[in-house]
Amino acid sequence: MAHFTKATSVKDWLNQRLAVEKVEKVMASEYWIPKNINFLWAMGMVLAITFALLLVSGIFLLMYYQPDVKDAFYSVNYTIMRDVDFGWLWRHVHGVAASVVFLIIYIHMFTGIYYGSYKKGREMIWISGMLLFVTFSAEAFSGYMLPWGQMSYWAGMVITNIFSLGGLHMDGLVEWIRGDYVPAQAFLARFFMLHVLLLPLAIMGLIGLHFAALRLPHVNNQDGEEIDFDAESKKYLAGDKAGSKVMRFANDFMSKDMMVVGIYLIFFFYLVFFQYGFALDPVNFDPADGLKTPAHIYPEWYFLWSYEILRPFSVNIGLMAFGFAQVIFMLLPWLDRSPNAVPASRRGAFAVWFWLLLIDMIVLTAMGKLPPEGMFSTIGLVAALAFIVLWVALPFITMNEKKA
Amino acid sequence: MHNSSRRGFMGKAFGAVAGVGVVGSLVAMKKTWDPLPSVKAAGFTTLDMTIYPEGELITEKWRGKPIFVLKKTAEMIASQTESQKKRDVVVGDSHFMIAIGLCTHLGCIPGYNAAEKSFLCACHGGMFNWAGEVTKVPPPRAFDIPPFKIEGNKMILGEAGPEYQAMKDSGITL
Repeated sequence: MAHFTKATSVKDWLNQRLAVEKVEKVMASEYWIPKNINFLWAMGMVLAITFALLLVSGIFLLMYYQPDVKDAFYSVNYTIMRDVDFGWLWRHVHGVAASVVFLIIYIHMFTGIYYGSYKKGREMIWISGMLLFVTFSAEAFSGYMLPWGQMSYWAGMVITNIFSLGGLHMDGLVEWIRGDYVPAQAFLARFFMLHVLLLPLAIMGLIGLHFAALRLPHVNNQDGEEIDFDAESKKYLAGDKAGSKVMRFANDFMSKDMMVVGIYLIFFFYLVFFQYGFALDPVNFDPADGLKTPAHIYPEWYFLWSYEILRPFSVNIGLMAFGFAQVIFMLLPWLDRSPNAVPASRRGAFAVWFWLLLIDMIVLTAMGKLPPEGMFSTIGLVAALAFIVLWVALPFITMNEKKA
Repeated sequence: MHNSSRRGFMGKAFGAVAGVGVVGSLVAMKKTWDPLPSVKAAGFTTLDMTIYPEGELITEKWRGKPIFVLKKTAEMIASQTESQKKRDVVVGDSHFMIAIGLCTHLGCIPGYNAAEKSFLCACHGGMFNWAGEVTKVPPPRAFDIPPFKIEGNKMILGEAGPEYQAMKDSGITL
C-alpha cells in the first residue's frame, strides 16, 4: 500500500486519494486552447449542453411514457401533455433540443470543413465526430417512433424497408429488425430500448472518444497555424499571458464559451416556450394506422438532404446514392488531397467547392420537403447529382492546390 | 520462455471459452429478435370473394398489411394485355386484381384514383395502373401478390395455392 499521511485539509485528503488537483490541471487549467479563435469554437460546448438537456428531459419523460402500441400515443399526448405537471415542458425541451442539436451539429461540421480541422493529426476528431452524427441520427429516428403517431409508423415502415436493400429483396432481414411483418409491438418496444439505453450509451462513449481525440492534436485555430503548445504554455505559466498564443481551458476559454452558451440558451428557451410547434409534426397527432398512409411523408428537416438524394432515382440507384451520401463525409480527410490546413477562403478552388456543397445541401433540404412533382423533381435530381459530382471532384480540385 | 508459453496456453484456453460464449450469445440475441410464434400464427386471413362490387377498390388486412382487392369490370377484362392477364386472379366467373397494397419502393400505401383507375404513391411519386403494374418510377416492380389459395368462392391469404405458385415460378411476383 502507498504511504498516506494525516490530511491537513479536505482538499489534501482528496488529493492523497484521488489526485484531484492533478486531474483539475490535466482536464482544465492546464489544458491549452489557442487564443486565435471565434464564437464558432463554442459549438462543442453548446452541443454538450444540448445533450445534457436531452438527457434530463428524457429522464422525466421516461417516467410516464408507455412503450405499448395501445398506450404509447395517449401516454405522450394525454398523460405527459395534460396530466403531468410541467410534462409539456419536458416534451417541448426534448423535441426542440432533438431538432436544434442537428442545427448545431451541422454548424460544427461545416466549421470543421471550412477551417480544415480534419487534417494533420485531427483525422480521429473528424471520424469520431461523424460517428456521433450517425448515432445521433439513429437516436433521433428511434425517438421519433415512440409517440406512435402516423408519422412515427410510416417513417418506421419506410426506413426499415431500406434494409431490404432494393433489388436484393432481403425481406427476412426487415422482418427480423421489426420482429413482425409490419411495425408493431415488438418493433416499438425494441426501438424504445435502443432510444433510452443502447444508443445513449454509444453516444456517451463516442463523446469520450471525441474529447480524447482532441488532446494530442489540440483544438485548431482561425489560421490553421501550427502552435508549439509546450513552448506557448510555458510562456503563459511564466507570466507572459499576453505574449502567449494559448490560454487555459478553464477559466480563460470557458468564460467566453459559457457566454455563447448563455446566448444560445436564451434562443433555445425562446423556441421551447414560444415556437415549439416546428418540432411537432401535425400529422403525428393522429394515432398510428397501418392501413392509411399520410398524404405526404417527409422526414424531419435534418434528414431531408439525404432523403432527397434517395428520392429522384429508381430504387437500386437511389439506395446506392443514399449509401454514398451516408459514408462520404467520413472519408473527407483522405478525399481532400491538399496538405493545407488553412481556412477555405485562402484555398482557391476549395473555397468554391465548400460554398457549392453548402448551397447544394440547402437546396436538397428544401426540395426534400416539397412534394416530388414537376419542377421540384427536376431541381431535386440536379441537386442530388451535383452532390455526387462535388464529392467525386474533391480529390482532383485539391490535388493541385498551391501551398497556402 | 517457460512462463510465456504457459501464459500463451492460458490465453488460448480463455479465447476458446470466450469464443463459444460469443457465438452462443449471438445466436440467442438473433433468435430473440425473430418474430414471435404468435405473430407468425396470426398470419392467415380468409376472404369471401362473392361480396366485392365491380370496379371499386376494397382494402383488406393481412399480416398488418393492406391488401388491395379490385373486382375488374367487363371493360377492364376486355382490354387486358398479355402481361396483365398473367397477374389476373380468377375466382368463379370473376376476375380480380389482388395485391399487397404497399408501394414496392419503400412500402407506403398508394392512393387509388377511381376516375383515372390508377394508384399514386405520395411518398416518392411512384404510380401503378389498375392491373398493378408500374407506370412511373421509383417503384422497381409491380405490386407484390400475397400468397393465396382459392377454395370455391373463398380465398385464403398466407397459404400458397397452385395459381399463386404458378405466378411465383414465372416471376410475376416475388
